[in-house]
Amino acid sequence: MAIEQPALPTAMGAGFRRGVWLTWATLLILLAAAGYELNLDFGYLSQKLPFLLGLKLAPDGFIQGAALTIFVTSISMICALGVALITALGRMSRNPVAFAIATFYASLFRGTPLLVQVLIIYLALPQIGVVLGGLSSGLIALSLNYGAYLAETIRSGVMAIPAGQREAAMALALPRWVITWKVMAPQALRLIIPPAGALFVSMLKDSSLVSIMGLWELNFLAQSYARTTYHYMEMLIAAALIYWALSILFELVQFRLERRFARGVAVAGGR
Amino acid sequence: MPELITLSRVNKWHGSTHVLRDVSLAVTTHERIVICGPSGSGKSTLLRCINGLEPHQSGEIHIDGKLMAGATRDAIRKEVGMVFQSFNLFPHMTVLENLSLAPIWTRRMTREEARATAFHYLERVHLAKHAEKFPNQLSGGEQQRVAIARALCLNPKIMLFDEPTSALDPEMIQEVLDIIIELAESGMTLLCVTHEMGFARRVSNRIIFMDHGEIIEQGSPAQLFERPESPRLEAFLARVMHGDR
Repeated sequence: MAIEQPALPTAMGAGFRRGVWLTWATLLILLAAAGYELNLDFGYLSQKLPFLLGLKLAPDGFIQGAALTIFVTSISMICALGVALITALGRMSRNPVAFAIATFYASLFRGTPLLVQVLIIYLALPQIGVVLGGLSSGLIALSLNYGAYLAETIRSGVMAIPAGQREAAMALALPRWVITWKVMAPQALRLIIPPAGALFVSMLKDSSLVSIMGLWELNFLAQSYARTTYHYMEMLIAAALIYWALSILFELVQFRLERRFARGVAVAGGR
Repeated sequence: MPELITLSRVNKWHGSTHVLRDVSLAVTTHERIVICGPSGSGKSTLLRCINGLEPHQSGEIHIDGKLMAGATRDAIRKEVGMVFQSFNLFPHMTVLENLSLAPIWTRRMTREEARATAFHYLERVHLAKHAEKFPNQLSGGEQQRVAIARALCLNPKIMLFDEPTSALDPEMIQEVLDIIIELAESGMTLLCVTHEMGFARRVSNRIIFMDHGEIIEQGSPAQLFERPESPRLEAFLARVMHGDR
């Protein structure tokens, strides 16, 4: 998975960083120039932008646009994290039932399309008596789908820690929770954060799937405005830029966390 | 003299491989024991069984009067410090944090007491000035000395060394061996698996030779080096002494 990261190689020296920023600026200008060639209607754009961003509430009084996208993504992120932690524990468990449940769930949700999962949860569950609203169906589908992927990410991070780390901690007769939270977890997090960040950026964009259940998130709003006024380019480009800006925000958070958990690793050679 | 460690007829299998065969051993306080033998002879496994890192399938292990079992394992580990071939320092913690962990969480000291304990043992391995550094800022020899100090911070009655110099560059071996010699001279009971025969002769009062999971021969260094009884020990000595520094 490619992660675009303008601010990462801090250790590379000033020349490298300047080169990176200059190239980024050039590419941005080129992109903007190409966009300008499209003769966009900026008046219309600025009129609709507050709605797209979600600064105004929908007619039914609920949040919409980017605000709803952020809401759906952050709630799903938290739930996915919880689901993933439990699944990863099951995946590493010696209990056959826990292991089987974890692998069954991960296989099912990684092996079927997210769109199908959303529809089944929204449309099929009511037939067996579970009626869920559009929003909760979307949240559940996103959490379960991404939880399955995230569980594997967490597991691989934990498995990548050398066995000697746990052994050394056990030899010091440390309590179990100290071994888990002070010795293992910080080391696993360092390995988990980059791929988990990529997953969350991808979830941000997949959150547009909840629109099929009548939720007015960013992508849905952009498309419906576009359809009614034929301002397709304006709306699609605006939506794309907002998604991009949000992804960059996510990446900045990820970058900060990465730096924090690189403690003791990033300082090599400082003798 | 009270016996600190007793193993009686300990057997262990890894799958179908019989890695410890009827191993019996008694170690009294202040003994300094070097365990040697060809690779795969069960030396490391023996050490790992003594602090319960690996379970054994039959026989009994008593440490400081306690029978090794699930319920006593942590209590036993408090009395047994272990130093590994690959150091196994925690890379995300400073030297001081590595050393304070056991005093705080195992020995329930206050942070100040833990800090004092950590510095006490850092002084002993001559590394107090590196307290705030991270492990990967230190050389291999320094890391292993920190690992020794970390094990000592547990204030154990016994120290186990599992090939403590095998992962080191040649020029760093001596600094680690010197620390172990100092420790031995201070009266610490220790068991050390090593291929450093000169060191073995100098530090130990007893050498145990293992092969294929069995204790083949044991005795004083002079006895084993000069008058080996079994042909296997003789062959082993011929091989290691040839390459001895």
